[in-house]
Amino acid sequence: MAHLPVAWEDRLRLPPPAASVGHPIGSKAVPRMTAPAPAAPTWPDDIFRALKAAGVRQVCHVPDAGHARLIRSCEGDNAMQVVTLTTEEEGVAMLCGAHLGGQRGVLLVQSSGVGNCINMLSLPTTCRMPLLMIVTMRGEFGEFNPWQNAMGLATEAVLTAMQVACYRCERADEVGLVVENALRYAFEGSRPVAVLLSQRLIGAKAFVNE
Amino acid sequence: MPEAILHRRPLVADLLKGRDENLLVVTGLGTPTYDVAAAGDDPRTFFLWGAMGGATMIGLGLALAQPDRRVLVLAGDGEMLMSVGSLATVAMKRPANLAVVVLDNEHFGETGMQPTPTHAGVDLAGMAAAAGWPATFTARAETDVPRLVELARRTPGPVFAVAKIMAEKLPFVLPPKDGAYLKDRFRQAVLGKA
Repeated sequence: MAHLPVAWEDRLRLPPPAASVGHPIGSKAVPRMTAPAPAAPTWPDDIFRALKAAGVRQVCHVPDAGHARLIRSCEGDNAMQVVTLTTEEEGVAMLCGAHLGGQRGVLLVQSSGVGNCINMLSLPTTCRMPLLMIVTMRGEFGEFNPWQNAMGLATEAVLTAMQVACYRCERADEVGLVVENALRYAFEGSRPVAVLLSQRLIGAKAFVNE
Repeated sequence: MPEAILHRRPLVADLLKGRDENLLVVTGLGTPTYDVAAAGDDPRTFFLWGAMGGATMIGLGLALAQPDRRVLVLAGDGEMLMSVGSLATVAMKRPANLAVVVLDNEHFGETGMQPTPTHAGVDLAGMAAAAGWPATFTARAETDVPRLVELARRTPGPVFAVAKIMAEKLPFVLPPKDGAYLKDRFRQAVLGKA
């Protein structure tokens, strides 16, 4: 990890390099070097506040670790209906129905799920309907699982090809503002939009046993 | 299984007979869209011309948003087979005001009448029952139609019913196909002026 700034090592939550774990037998004890536990990120709370302020009532998702905190917030809110999907395209259709019935919604997915949505995105595009997708990116900074890379690379191109606007977020302190503006784009303009939360922002999934 | 004897157009007309402002209809692409158009255009029908596999989930989002109105999804067997996952999704939410009726001719009628898996015996109502839908039914004969209508229009749901219909090629009856127009007139009829 030497090629990354120290701050990113913390955020990526990868195990410390082998050389710093433990100590040689027989030497006197040295403190085990571990990265400080990262503080829980607060940007999911910024998203939740933006969704509440915009009157979002239907939240559908195929879960991703990056969305876990936001999903918990939504599940704890009596004014929100949270729907767990079997595949992401269901959410595109569901939010079309929500719009027909006069409610606002949001679709929370991982980048791999964007590929599952392609043809269903013809619905908001053809019918000029609002759709807000919030996409947690995989296959980027610090990715351990190479099977995520293909869709990670293709996500923005796929969305753009289907006429979905993309707002990309790299920094925690801009997430709330970006989501607020994506909500405005979708619901004032009746068009589909995706907020892409970069893996650099979220932190890579750590493949270590707890 | 006996040969299907129900005709789709009169069946759909029965399902929609006397509809009022409290019935919201979503049609799956292909022949169900033409069947519902043949029964009479209505701004409270959202006709799909694409988005295959989306009809049931549009119905769910609509049913959650409009809990005091009845939402009826009329879909073909090809449409429903593409979205069997939504049987699980809807079963989790159990919206009492949603009914899905599959017009099952056991064929892809739009593309040359190739047989679908229901032709080989795949039981969509059985799949819905296994997913936990509280009311499921398969209609095969004229004598089943009154119960099918009751299920579609009034029985607390979510209701999932299959109507085994003849594989017949009928004249096109085409509703408007501009999605933005269909959406706007639906919302205006349901929600009032924007």
